[in-house]
Amino acid sequence: MSIDEFISTVMSSADQRPDHLLQYLYEIQYQYSYIPQQAIRLLAARLSLTEAHIHGVIGFYSFLHTTPRGTYDILISDSITDHMLESRSLFELLCRKLGVTPGVPRNDGRVTVDTTSCTGMCDQGPAMLVNGWAVTRLNESRIASIAELIESQTAVEQWPREFFHVDDNIQRRDILLSDDSNNGDALKAFLKAGADAILEHIEKSGLRGRGGAGFRTGMKWRYCKQTEADQHYVVCNADEGEPGTFKDRILLNSYADRVFEGMTLCAGVIGASRGYLYLRGEYRYLRAPLEKALQKRRKAGLLGKDILGKDGFDFDIEIHMGAGAYICGEESSLIESLEGKRGIPRIRPPFPVTHGYLNKPTVVNNVETFIAAALIAIHGNEWFRSVGTEESSGTKLLSISGDCERPGIYEYPFGVSIQHILHDCGAHDCQAVQVAGAAGATVPPEEFGRLIAFEDVATGGSLMVFDQKRDLMDMVQNFAHFFVHESCGFCTPCRVGGALLKDLVDKVHAGDAGQYDLEEMKNIGMLMRSTSHCGLGTTAPNPVLDSLHKFPHIYETRLKHSNYEPAFDLDAALQEARDITGRDDAGAHIRTRS
Amino acid sequence: MNNGKTFKLDGKTITFEDGDTIMDAVLRAGEYIPHLCHNPEFTPHGSCRVCIVGVNGRQVSACTAPAAENIEVDNTSEQIMNQRRALLQMLFVEGNHVCPGCEKSGACQLQAVAYYSNMLSPHFTHFFPRRSVDASHPDTAIDFNRCILCELCVRASRDFDHKNVFAIDGRGINSRLVVNSPSGKLGDSAFTATDKAAHVCPVGAILPKHRGYEQPIGDRLYDRQPISVVGDVAAHEQDEDESHGR
Repeated sequence: MSIDEFISTVMSSADQRPDHLLQYLYEIQYQYSYIPQQAIRLLAARLSLTEAHIHGVIGFYSFLHTTPRGTYDILISDSITDHMLESRSLFELLCRKLGVTPGVPRNDGRVTVDTTSCTGMCDQGPAMLVNGWAVTRLNESRIASIAELIESQTAVEQWPREFFHVDDNIQRRDILLSDDSNNGDALKAFLKAGADAILEHIEKSGLRGRGGAGFRTGMKWRYCKQTEADQHYVVCNADEGEPGTFKDRILLNSYADRVFEGMTLCAGVIGASRGYLYLRGEYRYLRAPLEKALQKRRKAGLLGKDILGKDGFDFDIEIHMGAGAYICGEESSLIESLEGKRGIPRIRPPFPVTHGYLNKPTVVNNVETFIAAALIAIHGNEWFRSVGTEESSGTKLLSISGDCERPGIYEYPFGVSIQHILHDCGAHDCQAVQVAGAAGATVPPEEFGRLIAFEDVATGGSLMVFDQKRDLMDMVQNFAHFFVHESCGFCTPCRVGGALLKDLVDKVHAGDAGQYDLEEMKNIGMLMRSTSHCGLGTTAPNPVLDSLHKFPHIYETRLKHSNYEPAFDLDAALQEARDITGRDDAGAHIRTRS
Repeated sequence: MNNGKTFKLDGKTITFEDGDTIMDAVLRAGEYIPHLCHNPEFTPHGSCRVCIVGVNGRQVSACTAPAAENIEVDNTSEQIMNQRRALLQMLFVEGNHVCPGCEKSGACQLQAVAYYSNMLSPHFTHFFPRRSVDASHPDTAIDFNRCILCELCVRASRDFDHKNVFAIDGRGINSRLVVNSPSGKLGDSAFTATDKAAHVCPVGAILPKHRGYEQPIGDRLYDRQPISVVGDVAAHEQDEDESHGR
């Protein structure tokens, strides 16, 4: 099939719409291992976009490329929890076995090996993606098999199925995961009670956004409903990118119907006829089952036209793929991405509830929030309020990984203490717990009595455990690099400040920093926190600021005793001159750092 | 016109209209908040963050924050000035800004805002990025070393010239301005020197060719008066062009 023909197939499945650009690029990427120039030209002509615009979109997403990747494009997860499971030595092993330079396609074009941000498999890592498909539980023997499969040119579809096996790993169930209501129950309750009564239930339930920010769901739905427009939209944020979070993976795998039910309920309440599920590219393997679930719901009259026979209750859901951009978990970035653009967070106000997707009123909720909403419609607000705390009703799914005996998914009523969780998951000798991912809080043992709740330690669900054997500086460094990789680049403090901060963290980690550098890190961090354009920039310095404050010893033990250390190494700067002259004797060196 | 709504800017009363941002109202009142990516002719952007001001103990960008009744806007406290200076320093070290060798020196908004904000050194470690110069166009050159990603040329070409000559590619610290043309060069693009996009660059990234140091350094726009008095360089571009018979 020619590129022209392939693009025609990709486009025929949907309208030729510029807002579907990212979806077309996604398909082309996995067909060709890159976006050929010819494809860019064709897309530009058909969608009336400039080629530079399309380049800009490709350049924004980590999984899209303008030069060929290997036939086997391997991305090993670079999350700190993968590191703790020896992912880096496995990465090096794979590169060695295949004879590849990281990030560069092998000369024969067969394979590329690179790293990627957290793939959401922290409970069964180390993990990787091969051509977008998740592979779990890497170890030396699995790496050896993978190298052989690649050398023998075995198609990924023919690789052993167990490589791609992903466990749900549910360790504790509460009201959400143990509920046994039937498909359609929430919609029946909606049709019986009416939109106003359901909205009142959601409001009274106290349900707050499960992505971590905790905005009141009922209020969001009401604002959206109140905004007059010819079209409203429901968007499910399944761009679970916070390092250490994987609860949506389980919900989409085993509770997809509940998610869709919650979205349809929301559509009924706010008056939307169209919904999108924005699925992170790392969960490519979930797309087909989700499409199947949608198809089943259409057949069952739970989606599509006249849902459950109710005249005019029309709603359908489309799945849009992300392509490797953490920032798209921010709701306005997600909307930009849904519109096929670079995922730059919008200026707010206006908020998505009034000006969202295609500038129409839009509800964007987390996967878990939609499920909770569906269950509230069935069981009522009192049922929901009966668990949790006054300010944080209901339960929270936690994704637990790191140094513990039983990593996995734990559903707890809000208000559970960190200590209690650590006991349940079999964590011993803890040095710290990182709650809410790279952007979250680093909690020391003396604070383990604190509670998981919006009024105390808020979280979207990530909980990473670090025992006493770990070097917390590794975590701080991993997160600092993560944020430089994931900053959208729009605003100065996050774009430049984040890069400066990363360099300073590296300097500390290498043992080359002085006291002055720590002050500098605080200043840059505080600047990012208070002046950045969006939540990514304001939270990116958290791990540095938190650890400087609560774990000062991890810095102090590495400092040089001088107050000031230069940012560059004079001797290293002479390396190029040594290479040119072929000298490496003592006279060609300046002794600076020991 | 004025419906009587006001707020305070460092104690001064500023009147505003519904729909105004803090910046709109302040500029109309003849007051000054330092800014780089903002140009009143274009929709607010809020990316450089240089116009941060304090409102109710939080920092917001004045160019995007809606004006509101009775708020107290802090534009000149030590904290705000320090943060603004740090943001400017970040812009300086991110690119390659060699003021003494730059044709725009003295009429450069980045330089002028830095002077206004008492920035005496770049402070942070220089990135020294490798960036190119595009001299392919007969009338205009682009020196990417000086680009601060304000996207004014992107907006001008898109919203004013309707040509979409510019776009942003890459992400994060690797974000960069790109030109829409088959070769990626300005000379192959639809750009002309009469485009609005040729006259909005606040720094020396987009420069007219064939004119060098016609106006001596020391006698340029911001050499004569501070930016708080004369305002944006873009607002003076037209006068300068006319004085050169363009």
